[in-house]
Amino acid sequence: MSGNIWIYIGVMALVSLAVRVLPLTLIRGQIENRFIRSFLYYVPYVTLAVMTFPAIVEATQSPVAGALALAVGVILAFLGAGLFPVAVACCLVVFVAELFLCG
Amino acid sequence: MILEKQIALRQGMRDGVPIAMGYFAVAFSLGIAGRGAGMSALQGFVMSVLNHASAGEYAGITAMMALAPYWELALTTLITNARYLLMSCALSQRFAPETSLWHRIGVGFGVTDEIFGVTMARPGPVEPLYTYGAMAVSIPSWAAGTALGIVAGNILPARVVSALSVALYGMFLAIIIPPARKNRVVAALVGLGFLTSFGLGRLAAALSLGWLTGGTRVILLTLLLAGGAAALFPVAEGEEGRQ
Repeated sequence: MSGNIWIYIGVMALVSLAVRVLPLTLIRGQIENRFIRSFLYYVPYVTLAVMTFPAIVEATQSPVAGALALAVGVILAFLGAGLFPVAVACCLVVFVAELFLCG
Repeated sequence: MILEKQIALRQGMRDGVPIAMGYFAVAFSLGIAGRGAGMSALQGFVMSVLNHASAGEYAGITAMMALAPYWELALTTLITNARYLLMSCALSQRFAPETSLWHRIGVGFGVTDEIFGVTMARPGPVEPLYTYGAMAVSIPSWAAGTALGIVAGNILPARVVSALSVALYGMFLAIIIPPARKNRVVAALVGLGFLTSFGLGRLAAALSLGWLTGGTRVILLTLLLAGGAAALFPVAEGEEGRQ
């Protein structure tokens, strides 16, 4: 069975929803096991770090622009800037850098 | 109480703006791919509202182009989105126990790398309205970006798409760097995450390991690094809340 785009979309939607919702609805209380608690505490940091690099350098037309955005983003975040300022600063760095790099 | 909820909703919408910017750029390129698979703008819009998962939707579009069997697409979607299973588990520990089933389903539906990231970055128990605020701003942008990409593939200059595409990563940095500054284990994990992600990506390319996709690398490295850190540096009781 294959070929209907609407059915493809439905299949994807059902699987995506199940993956996202099942743990949240099935795990009701606090997990007591210290290892699992610690593991879940560390999960977001590792996941986001792994997704950020080297992807940020590969997303831009010029890798140098991406690397500059990474450096500026890390410095601003280190200084305590919020989500929006850091995100916008990274975009601007890439835009300006590529004016010169990809002229 | 009502005021608190309003504030959470508004803050969610504010934090949804950088997500929406990044989403628009990524969804736009997704739309261009969808056009190649013969999707209509409406189909792209619906697919993105229901799935809002970049790698998952790319996999879907690839399957449509190949006229793959439905069960195969179900399996691919499961694999590319498996990291959401981990995220949903992590979120479950940050919910107030009395949170209703509907809020669990609502927040769960919104789990993406970015919305999960901003939701976890807030201290204390998860506030569903905050997450809904972020979803309300970012998911329509994701869906509109997909539809526009299908209709008007090459309207945006490549340089603008290139600049917008780093918004998401900038946001990730703003989420992981401040806690890394306070906690050495988190700092080491962020550094190791960067290094191993780079290394494993190179390895996959060098040995042309097609199965070792970006999504699979995320799951593998998360299990390994977060697992290792949990074994070596277990978190003290009650410390999880103050991130």
